[in-house]
Amino acid sequence: MEAKQTIAPGTEARGGGLRRRLAVYGQKYGILVALVLVCLVLAVVNEYFLTARNITNVLRQTSINGILAVGMTFVILTRGIDLSVGSVVALAGIVAASLATTSSTAGVAGGPYPALLAIAVGLSVGMACGAVSGVVVSRFAVPAFVATLGMLSAARGLTLLYGGGRPVPELTPGFRVIGTGEIAGIPVLVIIFAVVFLIAWWVLSATRFGRHVYAAGGNPHAAVVSGINVRRIRFLVYVISGGLAGLAGMMLAARTGSALPQAGIAYELDAIAAVVIGGTSLAGGVGRVTGTLIGALLISVVNNGLDLMGVESYYQQVIKGVLIVAAVMLDQARHRRE
Amino acid sequence: MQPKLLEVGGVTKSFGGVTALSNGRFALERGSVHALCGGNGAGKSTLLSIVMGIQARDSGIIRRNGAEVNFRSPREALAAGISIIEQELSPVPAMSVAENIFLGREPLAGFGRIDFRSMNSMAQSLLDDLHFDIDARTLMMNLSVAKLQLVEIAKALSYDAEIIIMDEPTSALGEAEADQLFAAIRTLKLKGKGIIYVSHRLSEIFQIADTFTVFRDGAFVDSGSMATVSREQLIQMIVGRPLKEEFIKTNTPGDETLLSVRGLNSTNRVRNVSFEVRRGEILAIFGLMGSGRSEIFERLFGLVGDRGGEVVLDGRRISVSSPAEAIGLGLAYVTEDRKGSGLVLSASVRDNICMAHLPFLGVGPVMSGRRESQSARDMIEKFRIKTASDRLEVAGLSGGNQQKVVLGKWFLTAPKVLLLDEPTRGVDVGAKREIYRVMSDFASAGGAVILISSETDEVVGMADRAVVMRDGRISGELSRTELSADRLVHLAA
Repeated sequence: MEAKQTIAPGTEARGGGLRRRLAVYGQKYGILVALVLVCLVLAVVNEYFLTARNITNVLRQTSINGILAVGMTFVILTRGIDLSVGSVVALAGIVAASLATTSSTAGVAGGPYPALLAIAVGLSVGMACGAVSGVVVSRFAVPAFVATLGMLSAARGLTLLYGGGRPVPELTPGFRVIGTGEIAGIPVLVIIFAVVFLIAWWVLSATRFGRHVYAAGGNPHAAVVSGINVRRIRFLVYVISGGLAGLAGMMLAARTGSALPQAGIAYELDAIAAVVIGGTSLAGGVGRVTGTLIGALLISVVNNGLDLMGVESYYQQVIKGVLIVAAVMLDQARHRRE
Repeated sequence: MQPKLLEVGGVTKSFGGVTALSNGRFALERGSVHALCGGNGAGKSTLLSIVMGIQARDSGIIRRNGAEVNFRSPREALAAGISIIEQELSPVPAMSVAENIFLGREPLAGFGRIDFRSMNSMAQSLLDDLHFDIDARTLMMNLSVAKLQLVEIAKALSYDAEIIIMDEPTSALGEAEADQLFAAIRTLKLKGKGIIYVSHRLSEIFQIADTFTVFRDGAFVDSGSMATVSREQLIQMIVGRPLKEEFIKTNTPGDETLLSVRGLNSTNRVRNVSFEVRRGEILAIFGLMGSGRSEIFERLFGLVGDRGGEVVLDGRRISVSSPAEAIGLGLAYVTEDRKGSGLVLSASVRDNICMAHLPFLGVGPVMSGRRESQSARDMIEKFRIKTASDRLEVAGLSGGNQQKVVLGKWFLTAPKVLLLDEPTRGVDVGAKREIYRVMSDFASAGGAVILISSETDEVVGMADRAVVMRDGRISGELSRTELSADRLVHLAA
C-alpha cells in the first residue's frame, strides 16, 4: 500500500510531464515537425527525393524566396507588411544587370562595369525603394499596406521605364557567379541565403536593434515610453526588406542569365506565406526568423515533392493555399488553448 | 418573505485538478447593492462567469427569485434578467447611443428598414427615465467613459434586467464621474433592481454597497451588512492577515529641491504650471480626469514637444525632447494605462523589465543575455513578482504583478524622479501596499516621487504635499497637515 502510494504519483507525474513536454515541443516546433514528416513521406515515396542533387535543387529554389521572407519577417514583426518586394526584385535586377552586361544596346555606356559595383548599385536601389516606403509609413503614418502597394506599382513602372520594357541579356560571368557559382559543391545562391539568414537571426536575437523591433511591434506606445525610437525602427525595417529584395533580384537575374522586366511578379505572396507559416504573427511582436526559414523550406519541399510525383503545377497553388491557412489555423487554436 | 433576486450557494469549479473556487456563495436582495470583494485570483471572476453561464460549474446551486436556474450561455442569463457591464466596455464608436442600445434588435419599419424615429424616442425615454443627461442621437465616440457606462446601464435595463453586475466600473473614472455613476446606481436601487458591484476601491464600496461578500484564494471568507464592518476588518478579510496600516509611509522630505517646474505648458489646455519637489518627498497631483494631470508628465518626459516653461533638475536647466533623453536624465514614467503604454504584453517578463535600460545591458549594439537575465532576476526579487520564469509572457500575470514588472523596468534605470500616474489602479489590496512601500522607500533613499491619483485616500495617505489641477491649471496646493479629502475635492471641482 505504502509502496503503491510512493510510486503512483511519481509515474503519473512522469507521464504528465512527458505529455506536457511533447505538447510544448509541438507548439514550439510544430512547423518543423510538419517539415520533417513531409520529408520522410517524400523519401519513402520517391527514391530521387533524398539525392544530393535534388536536395541542392530544393535549397536553390528556397534561396530567393527565403531572402525575401527574411526581410519580410523584420517588417511583419513591427506590425507592417511589404507588398513591394516583387517589383523591387525586378527594378534592382534590371538596374544592376544594365551595369554588368556585355550587350551594347541594353547596357549603360562604358560598361560592362565590375560585378561588385553592379551589386552595390543594385543593393542601393533596393534600399532606396525601402527607404521611400519606410518614410511614408513612419513619418506620414500611411498604413504599410497602402504605402507598399504604391511602391509595388511605382517600382514596376520604373523597371519598365528604365529598360524600355526589354530584358537585359548577356550578363558578365563575374556577375553571374552570385546566381550560378558553386563553392565546394554548394551553390553560391544557397551560401548567400545562409549568410543572410544567420545575420538576421543574430540581429533579431542578440542585438539591441532586435529587441527594439520586437518591442516596437508588440506595443509601440510602450516602446516609445521606454525610450525606443519607434519611427526609426519602422523606417529601418523597410530599408532592410528593400535591400534584401534588391539582393534577391540580382541573384535571380544572375541565375537566369538575363534581367527580365516582368521578374518577381507575385513574389511578395510567397514571402508573406513563408513568414506566416513560420509562426510570425501579423499582429506584430511575435515570431522568429528560424520559423521563417522552416516556412520557406516547407513551401519548396512541398512544391518539389509535387513536381517529383508529377502533379500538375496548378494543383501546387491550391495546396500552397491550403497550407498557409492551415498553418495559421493551427496557430490560432494554440493561442486559444493558452 | 420575498425570495431573493439571486442566491448562489456551494459553487465549486476546478481547472485541470486545480481548484479555482470552492464554496462560492452570496445573496442579492431586491433594491440593494452587494459588493464582491477580494484580491486578484480570489475567485470573483470565476464565480461571476459561472453565474453568467460563460463557464459551467462543477457543483452548487443558483436560484433566481427562489427558482433554481442553470444558464448555459450569457444569452440565457440575459433572458432571465441578469446583465453584466464589463470592466472594458466595447461600444461601436461610430454609431449613435440609440443604435448601440438596440444593437441587433433594432425596431423595423417596412422592407427591413430601421425605424430610426421610434428607436431614438425609445432610447431617449429610457435615458430620461434614469435621469441621464445624454442625447440618444449622440455618437458613442463623443461620450466620456462615464457616459459610456451610463449607456451600458440603460442598455441593460432595455433588456428588462433586474440584476446588473458591474465589474470595476470606476477603474477608468475620476471622482466626479464616479459620483455620476453612483447617482445612477441609487436610481436603480429605487427601481428595485439589484446590483452586484466588484471593485478594489474600498472607499467606494463603503459609499455605495449595502452588503458584502469576501473571497480569498478561491474560497468564501465572510459576508454581511456594510453597516457592521469597518474598513480595517474588511481589508483584513481580503488580505487574510492583520494589516496595521493600509498605507506605508516612512519617508521624510529633505530640504534640497530636486525638480522644479516653472510656467510649464503642455497639450490639452495645460498652461503655466509651476511646482517643485524635493529629495525624499512624495508630491501628489490631484485632479479630475481631463484636468491635465497626465499631460504634465507627457511634457516632462518628452512625449510632447516644448511648448514653453522651464524645468530644472538637480540645479541644472534641462530640455527634454524624447523619452530616451528623459530616461538618460534620471526620470521614470509609470503611465496610467498599463496595458496600453506600460507593457508589451506579448513579450516576456525579462524583455519588459530590460526595455528601458537596453543600452546598458550589452556591449555596443550586442546584448548580453547574462546581464539581461541577471537584471530581470534582481527586479523579480526586489518587487516579489510572482512568475514561474522570467521568460514567460507578461500577459499571463495578474494586474498587481504586471504593475510590479512596470516598476521593475523603471527601477532598473536607477531614476532620480519617479513619475507615477495612477500606479495602483486595478491592483489588489496586497499589491497596492507593496507599491506604497516601494514609493516610500524610494523617497527615503533620496529620490523624489510625483504621484498622480484620483483617490483622495491615497493622496491623504501617501503625499507630503499635493497640488490640485483644475482645467489645465493649478488651483491650489495643500501641505501634509492641510490634506483632507474635502479640501482636495473642493479645489478640484
